[in-house]
Amino acid sequence: MAEKPRTLFEKIWDAHVVASEPGAPAILAIDLHLVHEVTSPQAFTGLRERGAKVRKPGQTVATADHSIPTTDPSLPILDELARKQLAQIEENCREFGIPFHGKGSPSRGIVHVIGPELGLTQPGMTIVCGDSHTATHGAFGALAFGIGTSEIEMVLATQTLLQRKPKTFKVEVTGSLQPGVGAKDIILALIARIGVGGGTEHVFEFTGDAVRALSMEARMTLCNMSIEGGARAGLVAPDETTFEYLKGRPHAPKEAAWDEAVAVWRQLPTDAGATYDRWIVIDGDKLEPMVTYGTNPGMGMAVTGRVPSPADVEPGAREDLERALTYMGLQAGQSIAGQKLDVVFIGSCTNGRIEDMRAAASVLRGRKVAEGLRVLVVPGSQQVKRQAEEEGLDKVFTAAGAEWRESGCSMCIAMNGDQLEPGEYGISTSNRNFQGRQGKGGRSFLASPLTAAASAVTGVITDPRTVIGAAAQPSAVEAH
Amino acid sequence: MPEPFVKTTSRVIAIPRANIDTDQICPARFLKITDKANLADALFFDWRFTPDGQKRQPPSFIDEPHNAGRQILLVGDNFGAGSSREHAPWALRAWGIRAIVSTSFADIFKGNALKNALLPIVVSAERYAALTALLAANPDGEWSVNLEAQKVTLPNGETFPFEIDPFARTMILAGTDEVGYVLARLPAIEAWEAAHPARVDTARA
Repeated sequence: MAEKPRTLFEKIWDAHVVASEPGAPAILAIDLHLVHEVTSPQAFTGLRERGAKVRKPGQTVATADHSIPTTDPSLPILDELARKQLAQIEENCREFGIPFHGKGSPSRGIVHVIGPELGLTQPGMTIVCGDSHTATHGAFGALAFGIGTSEIEMVLATQTLLQRKPKTFKVEVTGSLQPGVGAKDIILALIARIGVGGGTEHVFEFTGDAVRALSMEARMTLCNMSIEGGARAGLVAPDETTFEYLKGRPHAPKEAAWDEAVAVWRQLPTDAGATYDRWIVIDGDKLEPMVTYGTNPGMGMAVTGRVPSPADVEPGAREDLERALTYMGLQAGQSIAGQKLDVVFIGSCTNGRIEDMRAAASVLRGRKVAEGLRVLVVPGSQQVKRQAEEEGLDKVFTAAGAEWRESGCSMCIAMNGDQLEPGEYGISTSNRNFQGRQGKGGRSFLASPLTAAASAVTGVITDPRTVIGAAAQPSAVEAH
Repeated sequence: MPEPFVKTTSRVIAIPRANIDTDQICPARFLKITDKANLADALFFDWRFTPDGQKRQPPSFIDEPHNAGRQILLVGDNFGAGSSREHAPWALRAWGIRAIVSTSFADIFKGNALKNALLPIVVSAERYAALTALLAANPDGEWSVNLEAQKVTLPNGETFPFEIDPFARTMILAGTDEVGYVLARLPAIEAWEAAHPARVDTARA
């Protein structure tokens, strides 16, 4: 009898189960552990208390991204807590022998940007980090997910995790995306459809022609926000696009080892006949640029749409929508396009890579940001920053009136001084529009780099197709 | 080492909202700490204080004197969505919460909660509606959550069972550390590693 067909997820899972005892979660081997300054300090303290070492420092790598300022790096860090936390990660890495890409390192950056950049993220691996956007690495066909600090300590001490096997959820995106529509719009449309808890207990696998056609960086954007749909991980099967991106990167296999690795990676895609626990089909041809209007990423709609009315939703969801609209200061029925903005943020692990910088620059080239608007462009890593500068993109941004910064998480999580002020409206290429996420009392709209850049030019939420010249399509995604 | 936990009896706080994210439970600016100190003060901070630091009027449920000391929450669907920050369960535990009843929990939060002996108790939508009505009718009644028996007892004497990961249950009841459990299986890990060479060497220049 032939072997049972398996999904990409099942192949990676099966290959990493070290032990599986009755009644207990599987012990899952971890290939790569990414560490940053915010969620790790208490895990290192735990290690010290138990007198343990980091079991595999060579499968661990650290950086500083969340609380690090994006302003002039030669200036001292004024926030005492941030300064202490940044000193702590450096000290912890030194003490436990973990390679650290810290302040001043040319390879520093947001943890989910530098892993792929360095070639550390490879197909078929298990990758974890104390950060829910670890799902980003799933773009390579790696099983990558966020963990808590207790689990960080577990991985540091054992290079394994205790895990229950999640279920599988196929997300097929058919057709091809229209001009002005990208990976960010796919994921926002998916979450608007299934809700922020729609993927709970599942792992997404993104398939279909529209996904195959995406670049590696766009696939990272797609997988990055899996957690906003409730799924801990999202995967895209590796293909020629993946191999082309990886080849020649510092930590990618070389020469004969490369050929061997690619041969193995070609076996990873889901077998014909394999089944998923759930699936959904999204018509990629009909997707429009998306934007959120509420206080979670599931409250999203086409940029051509109108803010939904609490009267039109189920009674259970009505109060949540009312509360969201009150916080956002929006009226039911208003067009989301035209909503006034105070700040534009372009960056984050969702949209802080070079293609995102290029997309934003393509809109801002030769244009000016609207008067009174603050526009912050923050590259995802120092490598992205250098490349953007080599291409002259920094000049495009500054000539338009935007600020060009050092790399980091910045206004996505507002821990480093980059933040919305109370009541301010910001359009952001990041991943979370939760109350206060981008600054106390700040009000966030999530969108793609194209939409954010187009909105920077006008000062109001703007359909990028009206700026870049692509015709608007009829709405395919109704408000959630 | 964690303390063993078997059961708690307490009055209950209801937060009838869905999708309460970990940025609400513990805002990011409280994540600059390098220990677990003072997190009780960060719990639901922005619901309790205005952006300029004034206590909201009327005060948030957390600051209502009659809610002090309550150990059980009854909350809307998909509690703990968003960030993986374990500061969220730490803050809840620091404030005194031991059990949370909801129709569902976000995956990472649920795992983090169990590792901190904070019980995520999943109930059906029907049960949730009934519990909400019961709490509205008897806001100061004591509920008893018994992990050993996997049973909740309501003030009217009614009980209902709940499911919980059996491994996590064993660990919490015994106050056992999961790292110790895994380290006891080191030979199996070493055998796996011998057959599967490391995929990367992060230390390589």
